[in-house]
Amino acid sequence: MSSTSTSPLILTPPPVPHTSGVEKALLTGVGVGLVALATVAFDADAQRAKICFWVALALISIGTLGWAWWKFGHQPAGVRQDNLWLRGSTGRGAIAWLTAVVLTGFYVVLYWFSSPDDQGNFGPLNQLVHALDPFSQALRHKPSDQWFLYGTFYTLAVLIMGGRALWKYRHSPYQRIRTASVMFFQLGFAFLLPGLLLAFQRPEYYFSYFWPLKYDYLFPGTVGYLLKDGGPGLGVFMVFWGAAISFIGTPILTYFYGKRWYCSWVCGCGGLAETAGDPYRHLSDKSRTAWRWEVRIIYTVLVLIVLLTALLWLAASGAVPALQPITDPLSRAYGFAIGSVFSGVIGVGFYPLLGSRVWCRFGCPMAAYLGLLQKHFSRFRITTNGAQCISCGNCSNVCEMGIDVKQYAQRGEPIIRAACVGCGLCSTACPRGVLNLENGPREGRYQASPLIHPDSLRILS
Amino acid sequence: MHLVIIGNGITGVTAAITTRRLRPEARITIVSDETTHHFSRTALMYVYMGHLRYQDIKPYEDWFWQENRLELVYATATSLDTQRKELLLSNQHTLSYDQLLLATGSVSRFANWPGQHLRGVQGLYSLPDLAKMARETHNIRHAVVVGGGLIGIELAEMLHSRGIQVTLLVRDEHYWASVLPKPEAELVNQQLQAHHINVRYRTELAELLPDAEGRVRAVRTTTGEELVAQWVGIATGVTPNLTLAQTAGLDTDRGILVNELLQTSAAGVFAAGDCAQHRQPGANETAIEQLWYTGRAQGETVAHTICGQPLPYRRGAWFNSAKFFNLEYQIYGRVPVVPVAGEESFYWQHPTTWHALRINFRPDANFAVTGMNAMGLRQRHDVWQTWLQTSTPVHTVLQELSAANFDPEFFRQHEPAIIRQFNEQFPAHPVTLKRRRGLLSRWQLLAGLSTVPSSGR
Repeated sequence: MSSTSTSPLILTPPPVPHTSGVEKALLTGVGVGLVALATVAFDADAQRAKICFWVALALISIGTLGWAWWKFGHQPAGVRQDNLWLRGSTGRGAIAWLTAVVLTGFYVVLYWFSSPDDQGNFGPLNQLVHALDPFSQALRHKPSDQWFLYGTFYTLAVLIMGGRALWKYRHSPYQRIRTASVMFFQLGFAFLLPGLLLAFQRPEYYFSYFWPLKYDYLFPGTVGYLLKDGGPGLGVFMVFWGAAISFIGTPILTYFYGKRWYCSWVCGCGGLAETAGDPYRHLSDKSRTAWRWEVRIIYTVLVLIVLLTALLWLAASGAVPALQPITDPLSRAYGFAIGSVFSGVIGVGFYPLLGSRVWCRFGCPMAAYLGLLQKHFSRFRITTNGAQCISCGNCSNVCEMGIDVKQYAQRGEPIIRAACVGCGLCSTACPRGVLNLENGPREGRYQASPLIHPDSLRILS
Repeated sequence: MHLVIIGNGITGVTAAITTRRLRPEARITIVSDETTHHFSRTALMYVYMGHLRYQDIKPYEDWFWQENRLELVYATATSLDTQRKELLLSNQHTLSYDQLLLATGSVSRFANWPGQHLRGVQGLYSLPDLAKMARETHNIRHAVVVGGGLIGIELAEMLHSRGIQVTLLVRDEHYWASVLPKPEAELVNQQLQAHHINVRYRTELAELLPDAEGRVRAVRTTTGEELVAQWVGIATGVTPNLTLAQTAGLDTDRGILVNELLQTSAAGVFAAGDCAQHRQPGANETAIEQLWYTGRAQGETVAHTICGQPLPYRRGAWFNSAKFFNLEYQIYGRVPVVPVAGEESFYWQHPTTWHALRINFRPDANFAVTGMNAMGLRQRHDVWQTWLQTSTPVHTVLQELSAANFDPEFFRQHEPAIIRQFNEQFPAHPVTLKRRRGLLSRWQLLAGLSTVPSSGR
């Protein structure tokens, strides 16, 4: 007999909602800010729209920061996960669904319905884009466009929600410094510096993005344009910088520190995931099935972009004239499917349903490249502390990359996974002090603790 | 061979997995009336608090059992016939075995308080207990938790997360007085204060008072105080679950009596984990061990004997860990509440933050370290295990202390302050910090000692 019947279903009733006066006041600020932002899009009075826009951003920023302080700041510092899975907003409930639809809708409008027409009209986002004109003029010496609007929102999200993460994880110096780092790189390298370059009539270049994530930086077309418009000094430096980090800096830094030097300390996509995406990190799928799909998809994307880049250079060299007519459609197809749909619409739009690292885990070719280096050519690993693991599952829960961390911890094995971005939350959340991110000698890197006997059963066959 | 295991807790499951490793051809059946699949009992609190869902506290995904040919039966084993080697199950099936392992765990211990059967009075041990607690604490304002141990503070933390005002009754004059020295207990007390938990020390439960509907309304304590409570958690310990063992007439005392091979009084029947009571426990060891770690160790040990490789149970160097609200605790070796004769105790505590370290050593035995308590600091298990096993002098331990530091990167390193205080307290042999923190130090240290730490089992 091998009867398996169902276990008693556990239905933990959600807590009784309690919203204090302070919380209501702060949320009112956020709500009024959102209303004000929505009116900007429809306001015919450009002046009033501008004022509304800035009032909206101020209210949303102050309200959200204040709310984070209220939620985390006036309690003792420590891991704060109460009711995470019981709240609709973070437990794939109705509010999460609504948030996902709104975010996805914004990306669809931004990518495909807000390109300027002949009169410089940015479609549904027109007033919002123009509200930023004075700021854009001051920073970049040119009028605003839909991408500047997006960059502003993106940076603001990283900064405000970064403030929240700083409050939430203030007991951990590792999380404080790491959060400050992604905020710094987003604001400085992915927002202000590209703007200033434009102000000086130089190519808008992001020094914190590299091929193959920013795939076109090593396309012949972009290289040619950078060399021409960047001038003999700066243009050459930009091309050199991009190529040097991709092919020399990345292997060296990953050897010493693991993938994390980029994915959870520098990268803008990672920056958004670690800040705005932090409330959703636990939603990543930890199953073996999800891991199998991850392996199938992410390395396919890496192969695609390597092939595409090689094809483009081959075509540019003129050696194979037959390539000329197909390279352009191919790179546009990649840009649409991977650059826009995968990394933007699915990657961020589905935060509240699939977690904050869907793009990083399943799609990003840079993450795939870094992951291969981390797995096979790095001193980084997450160490398990002897036999102290109690299989509670907190580490797996907070892993935004969907790694079932406890599978390793309960076997006393170090965690060496291509996916791991080194955010350190497993170590932060562990109630028994079992996990630690460490760089160390490569000898015995995979060696399990002798204090626990692993069950010698495979977890990914 | 057909191995039947009663109980799918950490002991039963570890025994099943180890048996599968040693005897790939064995038929293995795990019977449980709690859940179909194994879950982490220590993680129940996180489900209540909403940190995790039930499926998140299963250590293995559901495919694991079938792929490893571990048959799961969700039923109660109602009686056992050790002569015919047969079990009767609540689903009317009988199950015959070649070898039987009883890993039936514990039940919450009640002390016959008047009113203990009222609605809203319960312990927390099983998943059904958790479901009941979730139902019964919905929308209540006040709760009382009885018991100043690990489950007591867990219950307090759980209720606190729902905004329920908790009063904790502690029998002794400080928290967990059977295990923690007073300064460490005071740090835990500060955590309780910071989270607004009312604590009544030197106070026990006297009586539970009902309302008109037969639900608890208040408790009366041994100090005569009446405390309003719509729910009362009993956390005064657990006691072995003997129900099945007694149907078969096995030798029992407080637990199922076993020898050092974890064999019971009946041939082919073993007992391990919470439910087992050792007939002859080692020196300084308890006869009944009710920890996750000891359950895992016993499950692994007994599987060897079951598979024809008899292996006596040896607990090995003691270790444990816990978390009291935000305060992490680790212990390696033995740290008695009050130092035993011939033993010195060095205690350092940060003046303002929640960090402390205690190291016990024997001046008369070349200053060999005997145990360590860490509060708010993470220490490496393998390094301490080696120090304890090789009776390393306390001075060497302190010189090398950074090699045992397991705190995350960028955390403040307290070793210099610890050593400064040690040198003030014990000026005869001043110590200087030699190593740096990190994997390299640990690796060099363990390689240098050239003794591979063994599990002791």
